[in-house]
Amino acid sequence: MKRAWPVLVALSILGVGLLLTGVMENRYVYFATYVILQYIVLATAWNILGGYTGYVNFGTPAFFAMGAYTATFLMLACKAPFLVLLLAGGLISGLLGLGLGYLTLRLKGVFFSIATLALTVVLQTLIINWEFVGGAKGISIIRPATILFFSSYSKFLFMVMLCLATGAVAIARWIERSWIGQGLAAIRDNEEAAECMGVPTLKLKILATTLSGGLMGMAGVPFPWHVTLIEPGSAFNLDYAVNSLAMPMIGGTTTWLGPLVGAVLLGAAQQVATVTISSELNLLIVGVVLVAFVILAPEGLVGLVRRLVKREHA
Amino acid sequence: MFSFDLLGNAVVAGILLGGFYAAVSLGISVTFGLLDVANIAHPVFIVAGAYAVYAVNTAFALDPILAGLLFTPLFYGLGVVIYRIYYVSFERAGEQSLRGLVFFFGLLFIAEVSLSLAYGVDYRMVEAPYIGRSVSIGPIGISLRLGVPCVVGLLLTLALYLFLSKTFYGKAIMGVSQDSLALRLMGANPIQIKTIAFGLGMATASLAGALLIIIVPIEPSMGREYIGRVFAITVLGGMGSIGGTLAAALILGVAESLTSTFSGPSWALAVSFGILLLALAVRPSGLFGR
Amino acid sequence: MATTLLEVQHVTKRFGGFQALTDVSLQVHQGECLGLIGPNGSGKTTLINCISGVLRTDGGSMRFRDMDITTLPAHRRTRLGIARSFQIPKPFTSMTVLENLCIPLAYTAPIQDRGADMTAEAMAILQLIGLEAKAHMRSAHLTLIELRKLELARAMAARPRLLISDEAMAGLSSAEVDEILAILTALNARGMSIIMIEHIMRAVMRFSHRIIVLDAGRTIAEGTPEEIVHNTAVEKAYLGE
Repeated sequence: MKRAWPVLVALSILGVGLLLTGVMENRYVYFATYVILQYIVLATAWNILGGYTGYVNFGTPAFFAMGAYTATFLMLACKAPFLVLLLAGGLISGLLGLGLGYLTLRLKGVFFSIATLALTVVLQTLIINWEFVGGAKGISIIRPATILFFSSYSKFLFMVMLCLATGAVAIARWIERSWIGQGLAAIRDNEEAAECMGVPTLKLKILATTLSGGLMGMAGVPFPWHVTLIEPGSAFNLDYAVNSLAMPMIGGTTTWLGPLVGAVLLGAAQQVATVTISSELNLLIVGVVLVAFVILAPEGLVGLVRRLVKREHA
Repeated sequence: MFSFDLLGNAVVAGILLGGFYAAVSLGISVTFGLLDVANIAHPVFIVAGAYAVYAVNTAFALDPILAGLLFTPLFYGLGVVIYRIYYVSFERAGEQSLRGLVFFFGLLFIAEVSLSLAYGVDYRMVEAPYIGRSVSIGPIGISLRLGVPCVVGLLLTLALYLFLSKTFYGKAIMGVSQDSLALRLMGANPIQIKTIAFGLGMATASLAGALLIIIVPIEPSMGREYIGRVFAITVLGGMGSIGGTLAAALILGVAESLTSTFSGPSWALAVSFGILLLALAVRPSGLFGR
Repeated sequence: MATTLLEVQHVTKRFGGFQALTDVSLQVHQGECLGLIGPNGSGKTTLINCISGVLRTDGGSMRFRDMDITTLPAHRRTRLGIARSFQIPKPFTSMTVLENLCIPLAYTAPIQDRGADMTAEAMAILQLIGLEAKAHMRSAHLTLIELRKLELARAMAARPRLLISDEAMAGLSSAEVDEILAILTALNARGMSIIMIEHIMRAVMRFSHRIIVLDAGRTIAEGTPEEIVHNTAVEKAYLGE
């Protein structure tokens, strides 16, 4: 019975989501929650490699956009069903992570990070020149007129992202508590010692990169339908890089709860800010908050709360 | 569509570009190659330097290169401040340098968005008497827009090389990367030396920015293209070797120019990324490394 | 005739222009205590890094349990049975002492057993080494001798046949040195082969069956503690001409 409760929680979340789609008609609510759920996936995925393993990926946009463009390509080329698009997007982005990891993870972590930074720019340039998926101008994506079970496509997209978010958090939690998670933590704390204690560091790092990239790709798959115009500028937006980094840093990087907290708080704050102040000013604030947290509160909110609780008990 | 004229011009353009790339990479060569600080925000500071030059050029019609030189002390000071914060927050604690990496990424982002807020996303250019003119040597045309920055870039490289190999502080900087204990015994404070070195690296961004805006019109996000380039050049050239940086910059410049001429400009960036991966695969100590 | 557990043949290692190890050969027999000594900078830790797999050799070969390990990654060598402690302790700082031990316990176990609860085994090792009171303390908060003990405990948790102790006693008081020595002796009595790198001569002399002396990357002497004490080449290496 103890083992079953996470599954029950996950199922009830999905159940509540489904009920919501039956009752709530406000389009904006679905839009806003979609964005936050998307960030939950991105932040959680980032944290598997960043917080658990200690390798910083600046290339979230690359993996996210690869998922979006894989889906676009398959949809244009053969009108593949949505599930196939999801799996394909995850697979391609996962392979991207695998490839990059294989090439750079034998070296010091900083080289991996630099490579991820350069990766985004290069992929963006290549996509800009790929006319089939719209090139620089982009392509407009038409949502299907009707969709099984749901009265609007927005509700469908919301449910897809809710499933992805629940799944991502569940995977992160499972990894964190398993011997794989212990190995990743050992790599983060001291990679040389971990290797000498029997941890297959290269294999685990590549696993984390592949999984992280794959999840990011899956988060990107519904994106073309969410915005109905897929073009490189928005798909490869640097915001994804900053946010998927800031949210775990603010929330806390050592546990699955951190990215979730960070995504909800920062995501919601940005939704409010974008409406009230300019979107650029909003981003500036995110940057400043990120720097402040990394200097002053590297353990994030979860870490701060933990320390407070310990002090009360002591 | 191949001709030796085309090839010749592409190679020459590549060499000129390489001289400029060397100037752009010098800062990273010092801060990352010698100090092991991965300042990924360096390219965006070069862009900031370019905007500073633009502002002065538009307001006072000051020659961009002079403007770049003018701002150098300011950028040096900025480098000193940034290193102080970095050192106190991260290096002293001895922790994973990856948090420092996030710090620089935050700086990168803040700088880029600030430039965007201040100047918008429209392209900006400068005016100077040599922009738009070119000289011909036989079939090879040299546009001064490229030629002048290349010469200045080479001079800057030479100046830095001389500073590092001939002066006391320069040699101390070379020494601090290898043995800070010996440095302390010599009476120099390693922290002070590192601060000077970082300031120096940042100072080059000012002049490099001037060269940038002479070559191409600027907009806030263009720094991103250069991150891959400068680190590829630094790693390929051998961390901390100024001569190596120059050699690698020339190689990259020619490779990009040839790709641009024969396959189209959009593939040039893929070439630099490919060279980055190649450099990482070969060995991070590069061609001339320690 | 005891079986040869580890065989190192003609190993060389260069760092750029610097020759750290030249033509180093040695053997460790089953159940043996081998002392490895030499002046500072003679290459002892480099040799250990080559044996444990942290560094790749530039020449020569190594065999462990009659298998060629020359190009094997470090974690595989650990699973074969080579474990080492680090001269400068490298604890897993975010974990407790107990959790530190669970890493090697889990990763040297076969994959189907890896998720099992290793607490009992870990506590047994901690009791042997005298750290059981600190089992739930975060390793970042330990004192120096506790960190040294943790290094040894962690190496023991890797279920090794060959334990390499790299200057585990440096900076410790006389009583603390005796503590560590007692632990290592007890381990050897149970059949574990040990390589001990130390500068503390009385410990090495008391503990080792055989001693190998390195100087400037070469082996300059090999023999029983008695023989080494009276060896003039060794004297010269330590004291100069």
